Amino acid sequence: MAQFFQVLLSGLSTGSIYALAAIGFVLVWQTAQTVNFAQGEFVMLPAFFVLAGVHVLGLPLWAALLLGLAMAIFVLGFLFKRIIVEPMSKTTGLPLIIATMALSILLKESTKQFYAAEAQPFPSLFPQTTFDIAGAVFSIQDGLNLLVSLAVVVALTLFLDRTKIGRSMQATAQNPGVAEILGIDIKRMTLYTFLINATLAALASFLISPIYLAKFSSGESLGLIAFIAAIVGGFNQIRGALAGGLLIGVLDNLTATYVTAQYRAAVPLILLVVIILFRPEGLLGTSEGRKV
Amino acid sequence: MFKRLNLLAVPLVLLFLIVAPIGQGNYMIYSLSSWLIFVIAAMGLNLTLGYAGQISLAQASFMGIGAYTTALLTLAGWPWIIAMLIGVALCFVVGLLLGFPALKVKGHFLAFVTLAFNTLFFLVARNEDWLTGGTYGITGIKRPSLLLFATSKPLPFYYFTLFVFVIAALLLWGIVRSPWGRAFKALRENPIRAESLGLDTRRITLLAFAIGSAYGGLAGGLIAPLVQYIEPGSFALGHSLRLLLMVVVGGAGFFFGPLLGAAVVILLPEALRFTEGYYLIIYAAVVIALMIYCPTGLMGLGHRIRDKIWPNYQVRGDMKQGSQL
Repeated sequence: MAQFFQVLLSGLSTGSIYALAAIGFVLVWQTAQTVNFAQGEFVMLPAFFVLAGVHVLGLPLWAALLLGLAMAIFVLGFLFKRIIVEPMSKTTGLPLIIATMALSILLKESTKQFYAAEAQPFPSLFPQTTFDIAGAVFSIQDGLNLLVSLAVVVALTLFLDRTKIGRSMQATAQNPGVAEILGIDIKRMTLYTFLINATLAALASFLISPIYLAKFSSGESLGLIAFIAAIVGGFNQIRGALAGGLLIGVLDNLTATYVTAQYRAAVPLILLVVIILFRPEGLLGTSEGRKV
Repeated sequence: MFKRLNLLAVPLVLLFLIVAPIGQGNYMIYSLSSWLIFVIAAMGLNLTLGYAGQISLAQASFMGIGAYTTALLTLAGWPWIIAMLIGVALCFVVGLLLGFPALKVKGHFLAFVTLAFNTLFFLVARNEDWLTGGTYGITGIKRPSLLLFATSKPLPFYYFTLFVFVIAALLLWGIVRSPWGRAFKALRENPIRAESLGLDTRRITLLAFAIGSAYGGLAGGLIAPLVQYIEPGSFALGHSLRLLLMVVVGGAGFFFGPLLGAAVVILLPEALRFTEGYYLIIYAAVVIALMIYCPTGLMGLGHRIRDKIWPNYQVRGDMKQGSQL
């Protein structure tokens, strides 16, 4: 039983980090109808901005984190929107999907070429200490990861529901035409969505890299998990993506501990197929008017 | 005019394919063979995606099914042709089964279902080592020898591949021209109208998947004897993405699109090798630029240039929308 709680907490901790990436993915899908196949690389890259800040520029960690966040927002938010998504907004989905796939290769190979091909240790943001409760060992890092991610999600939800900009963003996502008639600057709102996605990806990057190390290829599995979490939870709901992320994190850890380590990667995939076939709107999603 | 141009282009392409490997080193011949094999797989995907409009990210797993079947059966002493045909038939059946989700979900969701299938195939191939040899793969696959024509040397194997390729291309040409081919296009252009015109869209969707997958199986049946070694990594998701890239870069829905697309994906990295570590970076940037400036791929780019030089030239007006998938 002690082991079960231990596995549960670390599952929730990594799951909440997956959820951050999944939520960004869902936001971009809603406002720009863009499935970003480079989302995993978006989570991989900011950690390298920070490492470059620390090791190349010699900055202290807090300054490097700020720099990494700013770079991520500029490159993965602004430039991604301006250079790739905007010129392609008139074409239908497939070419954009291919472009984001190529972008994932570009980011991966550039990181490998210009920084390092080996996995890099990433400084931990939280103390590494552990404590015992009734025989189970909990780490502070896991607990704080979970708390920080949940706080970010709550803040984001409040922003989207309670502020004027947030509500304008939602209106843009639901019906761009009507939103524009009502005087909302939909281009700006779409840009905000991309900036928020980049921010979420950067935060996920800073939280997960101390656990799994920073490596140029780590985006492959992270991206897949973000997709799965988004779809399983519900593609049009933030709390859906959160639930999906937590569920995948916990399920992944439980399978690896109790059932099979070899097929642990298969569990989320099977879950994905079952959900798509039997409840395409996701666990918490509501079915959309438009056909997907 | 277009017909006449095509009639001229086909023998030229064929002549090029026959002459291309002569006087080349073994490595180049090997690359050319692998190019032709990927073209076969990409042609199948082009049928599913370009003609019938059903996105699939599982084509590499069908190459895998074909390759493992062919490898295991030829190692058990079966002749290549029978082993390959069994592989193709198996892919046809599995493709038919994978088509069932396509009846329920469309677009991105279908992409994810097929993506999941590909990853599951990879996991099974890696973990079930009693059958597939696990991560060590299967070695020592024999190349087929057909009566007097042994294909153990690179050049004969290339011509053997070319022969299979030509037959596969002719078959596909027939399919595309047949009522089935028309039905595939109808399904892509407007599924609701296709259904109201009396087409059985369920059957057509399943067929598009099954035939496309069978071509993947055929490619697998050739790649196993070419490399003579197969392992799960060769059929992972990344390769499905590469196949998708070939179809879209070449021009989805164009018959000769995969030929160009596979050349870009397989041969361009070879040509860029002199740039060393940068070649994948340049390559990815080129693909992004192509998708931004010409989403219909290289074939579409060619047509656009032709329209500039030759403004009076007109393809049937109703074809325009179809090529813009």
